[in-house]
Amino acid sequence: MSFLDQDELLVDLAKKVQLVYSPIMDIKTFPKNVDVTLVEGAVANEEQKSLLEQARAQTKILISFGDCAVTGNVTALRNAWSNSDQAVLEKAYVENSDEKALIPVDVPKLLKKVRPLHEVVKVDYFIPGCPPSAALINYVLTELLAGRTPNMEGRCKYG
Amino acid sequence: MSVAMVTLKIDGVEVTVPEGTTILKAAKDSGIIIPTLCNLEGLTSYGGCRLCLVEIIGSPKLFPACATPVSTGMEVITQSNKLREYRKMAVQLLLSERTHICSVCVANDHCELQSLANQLGVDHVIFERNWTSEEIDSTHDFLVIDRNRCILCTRCIRVCDEIEGVHTLELKLRGKDAQVIMDLDNLWINSCSCTSCRKCAKICPVGAIYIEGEPVSHTKNKDIAEFITERRQRKRRQ
Repeated sequence: MSFLDQDELLVDLAKKVQLVYSPIMDIKTFPKNVDVTLVEGAVANEEQKSLLEQARAQTKILISFGDCAVTGNVTALRNAWSNSDQAVLEKAYVENSDEKALIPVDVPKLLKKVRPLHEVVKVDYFIPGCPPSAALINYVLTELLAGRTPNMEGRCKYG
Repeated sequence: MSVAMVTLKIDGVEVTVPEGTTILKAAKDSGIIIPTLCNLEGLTSYGGCRLCLVEIIGSPKLFPACATPVSTGMEVITQSNKLREYRKMAVQLLLSERTHICSVCVANDHCELQSLANQLGVDHVIFERNWTSEEIDSTHDFLVIDRNRCILCTRCIRVCDEIEGVHTLELKLRGKDAQVIMDLDNLWINSCSCTSCRKCAKICPVGAIYIEGEPVSHTKNKDIAEFITERRQRKRRQ
């Protein structure tokens, strides 16, 4: 959503890039030889972990996008519980359920701890923020498109 | 009574200050800003956060500027790539020690740790986080302590002891297990010495101690320690 906050700047951006994969596109597998991938969200389950590893293998520049990806943020709050993978399912589906308390079995297996991206794969750039500011997103993408290295010092807001 | 003066160099600039002055104070008086976190004007030095580390030519060690007195001929460097890396590391260690999640913190955007991270360009933490689960005490009428956000700078303990003069707050245990406690590890509501003066909440650099229902931007005022100390000294001189 914060990506869309770039508003009219998106028009300029659209002319320069080809969007090849996103959660809202009808494409089943992660494409090969991708120049830049923005990954949002922390790594909480096996499916996300394998998709991230695939994205890393097939991308030149991988960007950790937003606080959940950079720090774990709210998704990682469960890390403070012991056996957090089981505990969080029980909290959600048993404790807070009125009737038919049932933990789903056909969902991807949760990881023991929620991890920020850079604890799982190598990350090239970080765009922190909750949400990340449109100006920062646009700055990083513009710099990368121009073949320059974005300088984050004094630009980003931690957390 | 005359005080002996000491001349030293800070970042190549010659500075003359009274004997016993800290490097931090000497630098500040000549307009050189060294980043700090646990240090607060008006309170005694603690030297715990390691953000004010400086280099002194001729020594391989780094020195905390807040706790190192000046000496004649000293040559201090306050800005270098090495120091920058150490300061970034100190901030990242503080962020990884307990459970700091800015987006759900009362002090988001009004946090000294967060603003230091921004100044130093810390865009992520290289250390794996501990994700600790510490006690929250909200039994007091309006003061709350969330120990998950505490960075153990001990500002609250020092202001409680040195300025308010009651020493309700104290530290128990050591290292990563250290906790800020009230009286002899009582719940805040059961503390018989707390005067509810709010100074701890005013000078907490992060969102660990805050006033329930009051915006942190309104509560925070880290200048009170210096203000009160100065006024007291002025009164004593009169």
